[in-house]
Amino acid sequence: MRVIQFREALREAMTEEMKRDEQIFLMGEEVAEYNGAYKVSQGMLDEFGPKRIIDTPIAELGFAGIAVGAAMNGLRPIVEFMTFNFSLVAIDQVINAAAKMYQMSGGQFNIPMVFRGPTGSAGQLGAQHSQAFENWYANCPGLKVVVPSNPADAKGLLKSAIRDNDPVIFMESEQMYGDKGEVPEEEYLIPIGKAAVKREGTDVTIVSFGKIMKVALATAEALAAEGISCEVIDLMTVRPIDYDTIIQSVQKTNRLVIVEEAWPLASISTEISYMVQKKAFDYLDAPIHRICTADAPLGYAPTFVQEFLPNVERTTKAIKAVLYKA
Amino acid sequence: MLCAVPNFVSFATLFIKMAKTKFTKETYLNWYEQMLLMRRFEEKAAQLYGQQKIKGFCHLYIGQEAVVAGTLSATRKDDRHITAYRDHAHAIALGIPSREVMAELYGKVTGCSKGKGGSMHMFSKEHNFFGGHGIVGGQIPLGAGIALADQYRGGDQVTICSFGDGAARQGALHETFNMAMLWKLPVIFICENNGYAMGTSVERTTNAPDMSIIGKGYDMPSFVVDGMHPETVHEAIAEAAERARKGEGPTYLDVRTYRYRGHSMSDPAKYRTKEEVEEYKKKDPIEVVKATILKQKFAAEAWFDEVEAKIEGIVAEAVEFSENSPYPDGSELYTDVYAEPNYPYITE
Ligand SMILES: Cc1ncc(C[n+]2csc(CCOP(=O)(O)OP(=O)(O)O)c2C)c(N)n1
Ligand SMILES: [Mg+2]
Repeated sequence: MRVIQFREALREAMTEEMKRDEQIFLMGEEVAEYNGAYKVSQGMLDEFGPKRIIDTPIAELGFAGIAVGAAMNGLRPIVEFMTFNFSLVAIDQVINAAAKMYQMSGGQFNIPMVFRGPTGSAGQLGAQHSQAFENWYANCPGLKVVVPSNPADAKGLLKSAIRDNDPVIFMESEQMYGDKGEVPEEEYLIPIGKAAVKREGTDVTIVSFGKIMKVALATAEALAAEGISCEVIDLMTVRPIDYDTIIQSVQKTNRLVIVEEAWPLASISTEISYMVQKKAFDYLDAPIHRICTADAPLGYAPTFVQEFLPNVERTTKAIKAVLYKA
Repeated sequence: MLCAVPNFVSFATLFIKMAKTKFTKETYLNWYEQMLLMRRFEEKAAQLYGQQKIKGFCHLYIGQEAVVAGTLSATRKDDRHITAYRDHAHAIALGIPSREVMAELYGKVTGCSKGKGGSMHMFSKEHNFFGGHGIVGGQIPLGAGIALADQYRGGDQVTICSFGDGAARQGALHETFNMAMLWKLPVIFICENNGYAMGTSVERTTNAPDMSIIGKGYDMPSFVVDGMHPETVHEAIAEAAERARKGEGPTYLDVRTYRYRGHSMSDPAKYRTKEEVEEYKKKDPIEVVKATILKQKFAAEAWFDEVEAKIEGIVAEAVEFSENSPYPDGSELYTDVYAEPNYPYITE
């Protein structure tokens, strides 16, 4: 199969959908003439013209709201946030408008749109540019939140997100845009709300999503050499969460470790831990462990990045703890 | 029928003024030294970034030095300053030792923000530097708030709040301008209008490309300033500061300047022509000030050599200091998050 970059997979998804449906347009900072801050939309201005690939001023609140309004009136906008750190300037329109509109209007105005861009840390960028907001958005009913971990998933999920009739938050990573992976030539969709078992195993279940899936898979690989068999689940969507896939796996392995780039309080792992103890309490042979980031903003120095993020070492330790192996 | 109102309304006050003040020899020599230090420091930083000794985002001020130089000669030591992420020059010019600014770029514990801030977040309470800020436009309300605190206490300090032309498109600016005028806050808003927000020219962000008009909707005194000369910046700031100290409230300055380098180290700046950059380099503030010093016979060539050597020494020492300083320990992630000393962090 052909191999393409994550950013190319995203571009293909948007391009294919825009060809299919005239109502779709892309708007955001530097998406058109600059070809995207991270080159996701490279060439799209040439292909679709300035009516459908729209450069905005640095005015997130305004253009997010304009996009929501356009969605109310029948268009299907894709809004690119240069990063989700800047979506905080726009969050009122995402939470108070996009997520509420359908219910407030008694089912008259649905909001078929996508807010997409990179989330999470990306090296030494300091505290204001290193934040993961998956759980923040996932907390809000009315939104769907998708976080792919590789190019093939990214393409199939983004196409589904664009076709979805509800507002979808679609979260990428600066550190994944250059990742390469096999992506089918022929058209395919991946459903929102379904997790996938990315590696089968019998001793312990590891649940993760997005960029941190690499840590989960690397840990599983390393532990295989020690004779520990890990099953790795990629959530792919964090709202709604596919609890069934997790619980089925836990019923088999009886142990669960969740790895996530998020501050611990009220994280996705907190939520999963609750649901698993509620629904599979009798299957658990050990307390659930989670690896989150440090409970602090991520400062600039390299020592902080090291201390802050989930990594193979920490995940290995958690897995050995749930297996009662020192 | 309504009369046609031209899109672009020009106000008598908006013409770029030529400096009328006669500045002293000391002022010129100071400007030169200060600007050369900013320039050489950042040239070194760029080189170190290339070697990946400095990481993350790194936005250089090269070309814009006259704005900070003219601002500082026109303000007092107890006045306040706040800006965006393009903040190295502000930090140095305000008197934070170059070594501490360089160490911050390295992420070392001896940096002015203890290695926690990095390039975009230089701070120094001691030097009244309320920081470099990373969310575009986020510092605009903060600047007004700093001014509110001085007004509240009956002080006569002025806050200098700097931001870019791109930041002027944030809602935060418009909300803040309205309140700052309503409450006559002692703040000077400086739009460091370098013509571009990343790859987007001012013309591409607006129907009204004259940036000087954005204060007018709030009746805020507004002026266009030639930002390539410290003289013109100084005069505009001095007048604005006087107004603020008299209780007459804020001023908005559309300071026309230019950055020679890309937006950040990773920007090839293909959105503008070589000729445009060269055009501005011909008006280089450091060269222009040097020419004035020579013309006025304030100093001879030998003095410039001395200054160059001295600054080379300062920058070299800053690098050596940074190289020899340790990184903060990882556990320092859990300090300075809360003022409360015993905050119960979640650690598992
Ligand atoms: C709210 C927000 N949106 C987007 C960004 C990304 N960004 C950083 S700097 C910048 C351009 C700002 O341009 P301008 O205000 O003119 O300042 P300059 O860089 O020219 O000094 C952008 C879009 C950000 N940091 N914050
Ligand atoms: Mg600018």
